Amino acid sequence: MAASAGRQRTALTAGAFLPTLLPAALFAVLAAAIPEVAAGAVLRGALDWVPSLGIRLSFRIDGLSLTFATLITGIGALIMLYSGQYLHGHPHYRRFMLFLTAFMLSMLGLVLADNLITLFVFWELTTLTSYLLIGFDHGTAKSRRSALQALLVTATGGLALLAGFILMGLAGGSFELSDLLADPRALAAHPWYPAILVLVLLGAFTKSAQVPFHFWLPNAMAAPTPVSAYLHSATMVKGGVYLLARLHPGLGGTDAWFWALTLAGATTAVFASLMALRQSDLKQALAYTTLMALGTLTLFLASDVAVAVTAAVTFLVVHSLYKAALFLVVGIVDHATGTRDVARLSGLGRALPVTAAAAALSALSMAGFPPFLGFIGKELTYKGALALSSVPYSVAAAVLTANALMVAVAGIVALRPFWGRAEPEPEPGRVPHEAPWPMWVGPLALAVLGTVLGLRPGLAEALVGPGVAAVLPGGEAYELKLWHGVNVPLILSIATFAIGGAIYALRRPLAAALVRAGAASPLDFDRGWDRLLDGFKVFAAGLTRIVQPGRLRAYLRFTFLTLLGVLAVTLALRTGLPAPPDLPALSWRELAVLALIAGGTGLVVTTDSRVAAVAGLGVVGIGVAIVFIVYGAPDVAITQLLVETLVVVLVAVALLRLPFLYRDGRVLHRPWDAALAAGIGLATTAALLLVVEAPPDRRVTDFYEVAAVPEAYGRNIVNVILVDFRALDTLGEIAVVLVAALGALVLLRGVAGRARG
Amino acid sequence: MEPVLAVLVGLLVAAAVYLMLARSFLLYLFGLILVSNAANLVIFAAGGLTPGAPPLIETGALAPAGPVANALPQALVLTAIVIGFGLFAFALVLAFRAMTELGTIESDEMRIAEPPEAGR
Amino acid sequence: MNSVILTAGTRVLVALLVLFSVFMLLRGHNEPGGGFIGGLIGATGFVIYAIACGTDAARAALRAAPETVAAAGLGIAILGALMAAITGQPFFTGQWLFLGAGEDGDKGLPLSSVLVFDVGVYLVVFGAILTLVFALEEEI
Repeated sequence: MAASAGRQRTALTAGAFLPTLLPAALFAVLAAAIPEVAAGAVLRGALDWVPSLGIRLSFRIDGLSLTFATLITGIGALIMLYSGQYLHGHPHYRRFMLFLTAFMLSMLGLVLADNLITLFVFWELTTLTSYLLIGFDHGTAKSRRSALQALLVTATGGLALLAGFILMGLAGGSFELSDLLADPRALAAHPWYPAILVLVLLGAFTKSAQVPFHFWLPNAMAAPTPVSAYLHSATMVKGGVYLLARLHPGLGGTDAWFWALTLAGATTAVFASLMALRQSDLKQALAYTTLMALGTLTLFLASDVAVAVTAAVTFLVVHSLYKAALFLVVGIVDHATGTRDVARLSGLGRALPVTAAAAALSALSMAGFPPFLGFIGKELTYKGALALSSVPYSVAAAVLTANALMVAVAGIVALRPFWGRAEPEPEPGRVPHEAPWPMWVGPLALAVLGTVLGLRPGLAEALVGPGVAAVLPGGEAYELKLWHGVNVPLILSIATFAIGGAIYALRRPLAAALVRAGAASPLDFDRGWDRLLDGFKVFAAGLTRIVQPGRLRAYLRFTFLTLLGVLAVTLALRTGLPAPPDLPALSWRELAVLALIAGGTGLVVTTDSRVAAVAGLGVVGIGVAIVFIVYGAPDVAITQLLVETLVVVLVAVALLRLPFLYRDGRVLHRPWDAALAAGIGLATTAALLLVVEAPPDRRVTDFYEVAAVPEAYGRNIVNVILVDFRALDTLGEIAVVLVAALGALVLLRGVAGRARG
Repeated sequence: MEPVLAVLVGLLVAAAVYLMLARSFLLYLFGLILVSNAANLVIFAAGGLTPGAPPLIETGALAPAGPVANALPQALVLTAIVIGFGLFAFALVLAFRAMTELGTIESDEMRIAEPPEAGR
Repeated sequence: MNSVILTAGTRVLVALLVLFSVFMLLRGHNEPGGGFIGGLIGATGFVIYAIACGTDAARAALRAAPETVAAAGLGIAILGALMAAITGQPFFTGQWLFLGAGEDGDKGLPLSSVLVFDVGVYLVVFGAILTLVFALEEEI
């Protein structure tokens, strides 16, 4: 981290607190709505956006969105306060605050949106703003890579999500979430349900970093610590979880939903806890514990058992509180010592007493010790796991593994650095010192809140209960209590502490073994990602080499072949070919035109002489002009003849200075080109014969004919169309003519200028 | 006349395609002129052919007395002719400029802005 | 081409052609003609003049640079389109003024924004072609 020890000593100006005001005010407004929403009210507001497509800027606040929204704004306010100090004096501080605020508002929009498309727009906005935040330190290649990786993974999921949303809207007949979720099982019964489920889960799993899309999240730790605390623990990655919870009434309750979420969640939770153990960087370890939390949340949204859903919502709150606090603590430690390496940090408690207290409270909550909120959360996860009718023991085992590993990681990350022998200077030249108050107030507040809510679970229920009710309409939230008597979850809790303690004691050999196992494992998602990208680049380069060879003739061949294909398919789809024209019965007029055009064309194609070719072109032009004269188009005929004249002049001036024609103009030299040309010619003839078979649609012309005199005071209908009815087209056309002339002028002047110079 | 025009358009298009595929940019230009003519004829013929009566209204009349030629394709073709001329002139100048800059009029050799090709 | 007969004859021819082109332009709304045709005819006149007497003489006779004429034409065309703004009507709505219109059905002399637009078309076509031809004659 670039922030130096000296910088934070300077006093903060009032302006540094300014960004905090917005989230704080929003938080106050939302918190004031808690009693009302807890009583069952749903607050709404809407604006029409694209009414023709059923897209509205509609928002609603129910229990679930309020739970998320209070977390987003509350933690947001603390993070803003923290960032003001953390990035104090940073040259791009304002930019950072702008990004962070934009992110917070996008996230808020995401959880409050009541329209699928609106929700999607905010979803993508969080992706974009998080790209900017992860890549904030854009001077380093690592940041840029991580930002791009996060963007590509989540935006790919976002595309899938959009497709899923559109299918959902079409299947359900509305894009309003309230309408769609009003009839809970209608979507699940729809034939498109499997497609919708796959697409939506793809979006949710990439956003919430479920295995195998998890790899971007640890990399995203390249972002400044407040960003990690906010985006990658409390908010953005929870977007996917929010979506799962929000759509639970509509899409949940099926076997497919249950197994997809259970498998993804359990795999992610166990995998991430193991990975967390082997990290030496504090932030990386926390990143993996976040993954574990996301897995657990996904796991408990799989079923529609009330206890499991209560576990999910409770754990969501618990996790947001302690994880944001711990990230902020890591930021303080980093700031104070200049390192985040677990092995080099110990005994910081004396130098950083407040931070140590916040860390300890949060770590105990994370480990799930009573009387913290974490304990209630963990008990609930066991209850929830055991309540799953189909697979209680395997889920409970997975949760036990993950929780035990969390105990160990909590000890390693949050307790170890503060206890034991004090290192005077973990990093040479940096004497650890306590952070200024704007930095420690956030983690401390969150840690204390976790404790208070643990001691008074009734307060937490105000947030959790309505949330559960929104996920499970009609479902009762399980009561939050510290003491439920001696039962299976309590025994499992005790087992968790025992196993966790053992893992903590054996952490060094275990971590070493995991590192070895990881090195031996052929599965490296991060490197696989690189390989995937490289593959895309090779593919794109190969494709470009094929379709863009830089040769005019190759482009033309592609174009003509496509044209031939389109014409052939069109003709094949029409019933049969048109009748061949009756050539013997031609009038003298038709014969004259035929002779002129066919003769001129033949001359152009076969001659070796430029003069003869130009003469042939002239003959063709005159033949075409005759057609115009005969069929009542005097204006066109005059134009055609004048242009023919001018072409001859131009050609006379320029063409004769260009080199002679080449011999490959002869038919025999290029049989394939000749075949292609003949094919397109025949297809064009056939198509035109079909077109002229049907009488033309003259409705537009009829209008022009009767409107020309009364409305445009003109008796030459062609001219009236050109300068009045369709004058805008004409304006565009004369602009093209002007640009062509100016372009040619510049090209020619360039030649002359070079010749003179 | 429509069938004759259809045959002629096919002939013009075939000749144009063949010329445009030639190595010499000059032949390409000739093909361009032919294909412009063919396109104009297609638009004209697709609007229906009415011999004789141009789309003009008698003085004092409010609408054409009898059936007159379709004015809409005529308007389209008229501007297309002028634009086709502009396009041709520009392409001609481009050919000339290429000749002075690159010393060739063969489009295959105009590769100064392209990456080198394998085996060449 | 230094033929005295051609040079002398051309002056008359060019004058006639330019006059004819203006005639075609003005009658274009009611008879075959209009800005495109008028511009082409006028340009043809000057092209003949340039071939007979050289581009310097043709440029001198034209007085303004042809590219300026063409650009001005586009400006005039847009102006004609904007005239509808005077009466608050949409872009390109034709505005008509019948000078000296009588009671007996005599419409008088019709002046219109449509004519202004057509004059713009005339000038663009005229100027663009002369730009091309003069440049080709001079630079090649």
